[in-house]
Order: sequence, then structure tokens, then C-alpha cells
Amino acid sequence: MSKNNSNQNKISVTTIIKAIIKHKLFIPIAFLTFLLLINVFINPGFLKISMGQDSNGNPVLIGNIINILNNATELVVLAIGMTLVTSSSRGQDISVGATVAIVGGVIMRILCGSETQPTTLHAPIILALLFGCLAGMACGVFNGLLVSKFKIQPMVATLILFTAGRSIGSMAMGGLKPKAVSSFGYYGNFFPGFPIPTPILITIVVIAITYIALKRTNLGLYTKAVGINDKASSLNGLNPELIKFLTFVILGLCVGIAGFVQASRVQTVNPYTIVPSIEMDVILAVALGGNSLGGGKFNMTGSIIGAYTIQTLTSMLTTLNVNTNAVPVFKAVIIIVLVIIQTPVVKSFFSNKITLPKLIAVNGKERA
Amino acid sequence: MQETVLTMKNINKSFPGVRALQNVDFTLCAGEIHALMGENGAGKSTLIKVLTGVYAKDTGEICIKGIDKPVHIKSPQDAQKLGISTVYQEITLCPNLTVAENLFIGRNNDFIVNWKARNSMAESILKGLGIPAKPTQQLSNCSLAVQQMVAIARAVDMECKVLILDEPTSSLDKNEVNKLFTLMRELKKRGVGIIFVTHFLDQVYELCDKITVLRGGELVGEYLIKDLSRVELVAKMMGKELGELAEIENEAQALSVDVKEAVIETEELASASGIKPFNFTAYKGEVTGFAGLLGSGRSECVRAIFGADKVMKGKLKIKGEHVNVNSPIKAMKKGIGYLSEDRKRDGIIGDLSVRENIILALQVMRGFFKPFSKAQAQAFADEYIKLLGIKTASADTPISSLSGGNQQKVILARWLLTHPDYLILDEPTRGIDIGTKVEIQKLVLKLASEGMSITFISSEIEEMLRTCSKLIVMRDLYVVGELKGDEMTQDKIMHTIAGGVSRNV
Repeated sequence: MSKNNSNQNKISVTTIIKAIIKHKLFIPIAFLTFLLLINVFINPGFLKISMGQDSNGNPVLIGNIINILNNATELVVLAIGMTLVTSSSRGQDISVGATVAIVGGVIMRILCGSETQPTTLHAPIILALLFGCLAGMACGVFNGLLVSKFKIQPMVATLILFTAGRSIGSMAMGGLKPKAVSSFGYYGNFFPGFPIPTPILITIVVIAITYIALKRTNLGLYTKAVGINDKASSLNGLNPELIKFLTFVILGLCVGIAGFVQASRVQTVNPYTIVPSIEMDVILAVALGGNSLGGGKFNMTGSIIGAYTIQTLTSMLTTLNVNTNAVPVFKAVIIIVLVIIQTPVVKSFFSNKITLPKLIAVNGKERA
Repeated sequence: MQETVLTMKNINKSFPGVRALQNVDFTLCAGEIHALMGENGAGKSTLIKVLTGVYAKDTGEICIKGIDKPVHIKSPQDAQKLGISTVYQEITLCPNLTVAENLFIGRNNDFIVNWKARNSMAESILKGLGIPAKPTQQLSNCSLAVQQMVAIARAVDMECKVLILDEPTSSLDKNEVNKLFTLMRELKKRGVGIIFVTHFLDQVYELCDKITVLRGGELVGEYLIKDLSRVELVAKMMGKELGELAEIENEAQALSVDVKEAVIETEELASASGIKPFNFTAYKGEVTGFAGLLGSGRSECVRAIFGADKVMKGKLKIKGEHVNVNSPIKAMKKGIGYLSEDRKRDGIIGDLSVRENIILALQVMRGFFKPFSKAQAQAFADEYIKLLGIKTASADTPISSLSGGNQQKVILARWLLTHPDYLILDEPTRGIDIGTKVEIQKLVLKLASEGMSITFISSEIEEMLRTCSKLIVMRDLYVVGELKGDEMTQDKIMHTIAGGVSRNV
């Protein structure tokens, strides 16, 4: 009797382990945890968060974790939009870095007018945010039209703004490099007296809105349906073109928010160097989250975890004093390992290893 | 005594939640056409996929003539090298390549390709088999039937010992089927062992030597065709006695009472698909059918009513009210449902769950901002899984892992859930076993008796005669006749399709 019991226990334990391992978020979460552990190993004080003071004597939270959460803002916000675009259009928008430059340019123009060192803001910040978002969405409309109406492959369609975006951003500022007054910097840094970095709050709000939208509307279902089979979707009353278009506009809105935060961080924008190669990090975040870049089903939580994973990786390499020029190589190595682990080939290899003892146990029982 | 080319012993294969094959044996001799029969989910497709290396078997042994040891087939390429060629139920060629490229792709590893020579070789193969396609034509531009024939030509052209035909005839018309049969007999003479998977009993009895029957993943038995009557075969497949077919015919007769409340009326309706203007009326509680050869415009007519193709001219009245239906969503909101012809391409949303596939149409009608709660959706799914007897591990299972017949039931559930006044079923029984076919036919009659108006399109005329009380006959995109009551005989339909001469006889 007791033998049988222990047998059953074993089975249930393996089933639980198997269920955990099979969970779609297992690898993204496991990898993020792994990275954090390495960091703790290298620097035991890694997880420490303490209260410090900024140059003006205001209380602020300091710590590696806070830095990662803070710096990941643009990546997370863009990854949310990119997940939807990937799902519906079965392709990626590679223009997000360049369009962030456009948004940055528009915001600086509105705040500074044609002055390089204005002493006051030319317009309320809310207006700058609004126009920044509109500029981002206009880029989304452009990309979305090319993809949905003219059926151009997403990567080709977005290549246009990828190429031209940074110059457009510079033109938006009239060729100047203005710097806005420091009160604009509250949104990319801290509000005086409030210790949590503002971008973290913005991320929380964006993530919350995303989940509410996914729960309260059919955005998720429609996007997936169109991405998996647009012919069948249209026979079920959906308008695949409209849905693809909408996902690009939503990504455009995300670009607007990311551009606003980015511009606010240093209150100035260099369109040619702002968020360099962020489009690749964003696409990787989506892939690391276990999403197929071929579109269809998506997992938003996975993408968000993927974005934080990439940010953790980047800041880890920086704290390890890896030569800035060598950072991309290390990143690439780690990412290729991670992507290979998630392929079906490796996955089935590991799950076979795990099912084996279970099968033997069951067979043994049957024979007995 | 014929020589055995293939032996499969004690094959087992499980999927999460399903034991697809349990200790199945199968033997194939050279120069025989061997039918593999069974209902949906009986394990035919799984057995074929194990044999062709698409799935790895869990346990069991496969032996092939000329090889001493049992073979391990790891991939379709492996199977091909061992002389096993397959034509699948769903076309598995590359639609974006040309016909010639499809014929030769993956068959040799020459680095340099002489396309000119290949195209002319392809041309002679196509000609030899009477396939109406050019080698340089892109495959996706060919009709479904031609694509199927190219797939067969590809398999035939490879030197194979075992040829597997998985539902090759379900999208072919009578002529094309005959051509294929001629070809199969020729291959039989050359000593090729052919495994023929089909749901058409006529074709089995016309062509095959032996039958192996599977049911629920287990072997029922292997029989010589002359020892097994049709009724016995059907009984073995279903695991019960027949007699339900007769029952259905009676019901169809009982239904032809005259309820005259028009649900759908078209006046000279024509769409961008090239269909010629047609007039059609469907009454409440009536089952109507569109008959005609493949490509005669059957589907195009109903697609025009549903707004799936752009309507160019004509009028559509729904319950006496003029409406301008220019998109499916409008048609759906007016109470029309459309189960499309090509299940894989136009029906299922492959990676989504059974539940999401069931609620999709109703959800779209309800609107973007009003998603069903998970509990509601689950309740709908459970209701219809039970009602239609859908075999699935759970409502969360992706629809693509279900068998063809069960996928079709899910799509049927999707439209039944919208409670349409007028339901269009375009080839709902294609590639589906007899049991499910009868179930669907019965369901159609039951729905009609409850007041739904239904249009039922099928390539099997018998099936339409059994269920429909009015038949619209089509030829070359024109409506050429309308048959009712006593006029509805197989003979008359054939004549009408052929030339319209018997219309007034």
C-alpha cells in the first residue's frame, strides 16, 4: 500500500513539474530569474534598494532594480505595441527607433519653439505629450496603410520610416538642438519630493491600460484571429485590414509615449542617436516572451517579461564594465542561447526526458 | 500468392489526452489497392502520418520489402527514400511555386537545375495524366482539383513501392475521379501497393481489393472486398447496425409541406466572382440545394448572398426587406450564417482553441467592446461540444489538433450559436465519415423542421436528394434549372447539368 502511495506521489510531483515547465511563461521567467541570480552572485547588494538624495536634495529611491525598471520603460511600452503588430500582420515594425526620433523632434519643437535655450516652456507639457502621441500615431497610420491597404510586407513598409525617420525628427526641430527647462525633466526622472522614478509609474499605467483593454475588449481575440487566418476571419465578419491598421496605430501611440519619456530624460533630443537600435531589442523582447514572430497567437505578459529581461541583460553588461563596443556581442550570444532553448526541438527533447520516469511508473503498475 | 511490401505491427501512438492508435496492424501487398476505412478520429490519418514519418510512433514495428530490419521513419524525406509516397487530404504543396517546381521540389539534391528541361519534363508528365495545367503556372492559380492532381502526379512520378492516397477524391469531380482511377489501376499493374483512404463507399467497391477497418484507434479487421458487403462495412465502421439512412429519406419527404414565408430572395444578383445574375428564393423551414459540377458557381452564389464577394448588381431581400449586404458582418447581423467550403483555408482559426472558434462569429456580432466572459464562453462551448458530440480533449485544445470531422462540427457549432434564420452549409460533409455525415444531415432536417431556412451544398448528389426539397442546378456560372419534388432524381439532375434538355420533359 505504502509503495503504491509513494508511486502516486512521484507521479503527481512529476506532473506538477511538467505542468510548470510546459507553461508558456516558464522559460521567460526562468531566464529573468537566472539573470537576476547571476547579478546577485556578482554583486550581493544587487537587490538592495535604498533612499538617497538627488542633486537638489530631494529624496529618491536608488538601486539596481530601480534603474532596470526605470530604464526599461521605453522597451516595455514599445514591446506591447510590437506584440500586437507582430500578431496581426505576421511581421515587425522596424521603424520604432526612427519614429521615436520624430516624436522627440515634435515634442522639442512644441516646447522650445525655435529657441535653443528657452527659459520658459513655449507650450504646456500636456500639449507636447498630445502632439507627440499624434505624431507617433501618424507614423502608425502611414505604416498601417502600407501594410493593410497596399499589402506590403511589414518589414519593407516600415523600412521607409526606418530610413527617413531620424532626419524627419531633425527637420521637425528646424535643425536645432534645443534644451528644454528642467521642469520638463520630471517625466523622465523624478517629481520633486516623490521618490519613485516617473517612468516606472508611466510603465505601470501603460501596462494596466493594456490589460484592461485586453480584458474588456476583443482586441486580443480579433488580433490573433486575423494573424492566424485572415480569410476565415473575414468570413466571420471581421475586417482584417482594419484590424492590422489599428495595431499599427496602437504601436504608434506606444511610440508617442516612449518618445515623450525619452525626450524628458535629458530634456533634449539628438534624433540621430536617440534610442539606438531599439527596434531590434523590442523585437527580441517579443520573441523572448515566447511569441512567434510569424504572427498569430501572442502572450502579452511574455513580451513584457522579455523587455525587462533585455534591460537586465544590458545593465548587467554595463555594470560588469564590458567595453561598450563589445556589449552587442555578449548580448547576441546570450540571446541566441535563449532563443534556441525555446525552439520546439529543444523543448521536446527536455519534455521527453521528463516524461520518461512517469511512463515507466505507469507501465510498472499496469504489469503488476 | 502476392508479395508483401509493407507490414506494420502493434503500432501505438498517443497525443495529449487521446490514444490515437492502439496496437494497430496493417499489411499491404504489391499490386493491390487497399482501402483504409474508418470514421473521423478512427486513426486513419494518424496511421498514415506514422507511416510517412510525420509523427513518430510510440511503439510498434514497420517492415518494408527489401530491407531486413524494421525501419525507423523519422521524416517524410525518409519515407520518400524508402519508397513511400503520399498525397494528403489537404493539399500540402507550395502554392507560391510553379507547377513544375512543385513536381520536382525536394526530390533530388542537384545543385544546378536545368529549368528548361524540367519544365518540358513536367509538361510531358502533366500531359500523360491529362492534367490541365501549364508547368510554369503558379500553383495557387490552379483550381483545387488541379492542385490535387498535381500532388498525385508528383507522388506517381516518384519511384514508389507504396503510394498513399489520403482522401484524394474529395475535391475532384466525376471525370477527374475516373482519370485518377485509370491511373491507379495502371500503377497497380506495375506492382505498386496503394493505400487508399476515402469516405466514398462506391469508390472503394469500384476499385479496391482489400479493406482494413479502424475504429476509435483500434483495428477492427482486414477483409477481402468480395467477402464484405457494404452494409457490413458501414456497420463495422460505426460499430452499430445501419438503417438510419432509410429513416432520413422518410423525413425528407415529410418535410415538403408548403410553408411559404420567404426568408431570402435575390433578384438578378451577381458578384465580382463572375457569377451570372441569378434569382433564388429560400423559404422558412425549407432545405434548398445548389447542384452542379466543381466550379459551376455553386459556392459563388451563396457567397454573393453572404456578402463574401463584392456584389456588383442585383437586389437581395431578407424577410421581404431590401438590404444592401456588402460585407459578411452585415449578412450575419441580418441572420445569415455561412459555413464555408474550404474548411482549412476559410473556416478554422488553427491555433485558437475550440472554445474561441465556437464563439467567434457570435462574438464578432456582439461587438468589439463586449467580450464574453470566460465562463460564458465556456458555457457556450460546453453546450455545443455536447450537442454535436465533438470529440476533443477539452475546450482549450487548439482546433487544429482535432480530426477533420470534429473541426467541421466546431465550425457548425460556431454558426448554430448565432441562431441564424438562414444557414448556408457549403460542403459541410466533405472529408467526413459516414456517421458524422448522417448526423449532419439529420441535424439539417431537424433545424429546418424548427423553422430555419437552410441551403445545403454537396458534391454528393445522393446526399442532397436525401435532405433538400428544392435544387438549383448550375452550369458554367449560370443557373440552368430548378428541380422540385418528383423531378428530383439523380437522372434528371445529371441531364440538367449536362445540357438542360430535360428541363421541360
